[in-house]
Amino acid sequence: MSALLEVRDLDKRYRTRHGVIHAVQGVSFDVREKETVALVGESGCGKSTVALSLLHLIEHDGGRVRFEGAEFDQLKGRREQELRRDLSIVFQNPYSSLNPRMRIKDIVGEPMRTAYGTRGRELVERVREQLEAVGLGPEHLRRFPHEFSGGQRQRIAIARALALEPKLLILDEPTAALDVSVQAQVLNLLRELQRRLGLSYLLISHNLATVESIADRVLVMYFGRIVESGTVSEVFNDPRHPYTRALLDSVPSIDPSQRHRLKPLEGDLPSPLRPPPGCAFAPRCARAAHDCTARPPPLGSIGSREAACYHPLGG
Amino acid sequence: MALLSVRGLELHFVTPAGRVRAVNGISYTVEAGELVAIVGESGSGKTVQAQAVLGLVAQPPGEIVGGAVEFDGVELLSLPEERMRTLRGRRISMVFQEPMTSLNPVLSIGRQLTEAMRLHLQLTRAVADERAVSLLGMVGIADPERRLRQYPHHLSGGMRQRVMIAIAIACDPLLIVADEPTTALDVTIQAQILALMQDLTRRLGVALVIITHDLGVVARYADRVNVMYAGRIVEHGAARDVYRRPAHPYTIGLLNSVPRLDRPRGVRIEPIPGSPPDPAHLQPGCAFAPRCPYVVDRCRREEPPTVTFDDRHVATCWQTAALRPESG
Repeated sequence: MSALLEVRDLDKRYRTRHGVIHAVQGVSFDVREKETVALVGESGCGKSTVALSLLHLIEHDGGRVRFEGAEFDQLKGRREQELRRDLSIVFQNPYSSLNPRMRIKDIVGEPMRTAYGTRGRELVERVREQLEAVGLGPEHLRRFPHEFSGGQRQRIAIARALALEPKLLILDEPTAALDVSVQAQVLNLLRELQRRLGLSYLLISHNLATVESIADRVLVMYFGRIVESGTVSEVFNDPRHPYTRALLDSVPSIDPSQRHRLKPLEGDLPSPLRPPPGCAFAPRCARAAHDCTARPPPLGSIGSREAACYHPLGG
Repeated sequence: MALLSVRGLELHFVTPAGRVRAVNGISYTVEAGELVAIVGESGSGKTVQAQAVLGLVAQPPGEIVGGAVEFDGVELLSLPEERMRTLRGRRISMVFQEPMTSLNPVLSIGRQLTEAMRLHLQLTRAVADERAVSLLGMVGIADPERRLRQYPHHLSGGMRQRVMIAIAIACDPLLIVADEPTTALDVTIQAQILALMQDLTRRLGVALVIITHDLGVVARYADRVNVMYAGRIVEHGAARDVYRRPAHPYTIGLLNSVPRLDRPRGVRIEPIPGSPPDPAHLQPGCAFAPRCPYVVDRCRREEPPTVTFDDRHVATCWQTAALRPESG
């Protein structure tokens, strides 16, 4: 199966008053058709920077992005616009991502009006279809965002993201801002839409349980780099990178009988202004040895997956 | 006798849009040295009930309509503001969700840490400074002397929350109320902070009330749990009982709707349909009825009864007996 999205050696530096922050370093991955790839990590790991540079919402400093076989960065004008229709995003917070002064029919209809010039009755009909696809009835067309609950708003944001029939949808923490009891509704909707429309997802999340429930493959990021990648079952059942292990162990189980007395990970993230010379995780890692502090470990194959570690777990 | 006992607490807010019944007659207790969780979604009343207990709800717009709160033998709802304030600094402390906003950005860590000790314990500056150093050590902050001279923006989110915890234990309280103490933090840091809070409160014999939306936090750390929905406690019991044999349809639904790492992959999550009710427009009967798969006619008309069964496990539901046929 060919890759829909190919990212190679993506690099992004932010220049700040206090110095340069290397937010994303040499990140490479593919998203294939009809597949869900998750990018997980804690705040500051660079996962959102990756998403935003894919959409050209920020400019990256190095690397290549190919989308549907075309060099996405070099496209200009019409060709770029056409390709961009195939790539869309759902943001985390449906309270801030929907314009409070627009009616639902305009929020969902705007992309079609802008891209295809759809107007009038035809536009309303298309919006009605989009809303129906996410489980909202036509009675909502003339309403404003404040009349909806968080879960409904996220459905509206999804309807808008799907308006131009994209092939790849970036989901940036799509359930993090929702009430616990409605998160499952949105996850199930995303799963159903994927099946029905043959969508690919790039899921950005810090919530490992969410990732496990909808992703096929996972990329674990730490401090701007991918430290482990593989299928979700491989990586979650048998992590090789000590950071992945620590991340999994930090999630409290809902079952009180599984109150492992696991030692929480010690220490904090290093300062991005003064990155450690070798592996960025070494200062917090129980397995760190001399070589770890010399230079960053490259991402290497371990069986069917990859990990960036000189002393990986398991065998 | 319980350290904290809340009985029939009822709190309304009078707004231009009408009367919002935020807390509808909740009762719970906290024993000395115990870790009790209050779990619920946004709008369930979990935070505002704690604010009412601590005398932090402005009246108006708030209005405590009924109930009683007793702490360490003192009735709190009728306590004069000045005495309440002393109690809050000295015997009850609080840890809030946002360590970024709950510390004062223009005061040094040392100043914020010693302020309460000097006021409530009448410590001299030198003695308070000394105690501040040892408190920072207790919460796992390295190089405490230097940290005392720093300001909040010098610290990471996790460290700020450690400072908040140091402030909370500074005056030897009997009770700490922590409102979503780790929600704003990254997962690896969350685990550190929760372990620290559990360890410290156990060691110092302080009771801890954790208010959270996260069932995992409840299960891993709490002795007992109160599940709130639409301003009521709908289920209460020992954490392991509530998890193993949930008795209220809302709790059952929550446990089935959360994606979990501790289950085999591919187990389909079952969402609870609909969304939580608007507390300004509560319908008669059970507030969960519109979303409940076990609903019967009666649920929509009459307030559900509080059913007690084995070992202090309580649910407020018409259908609990049918759901748990083995219980009395």
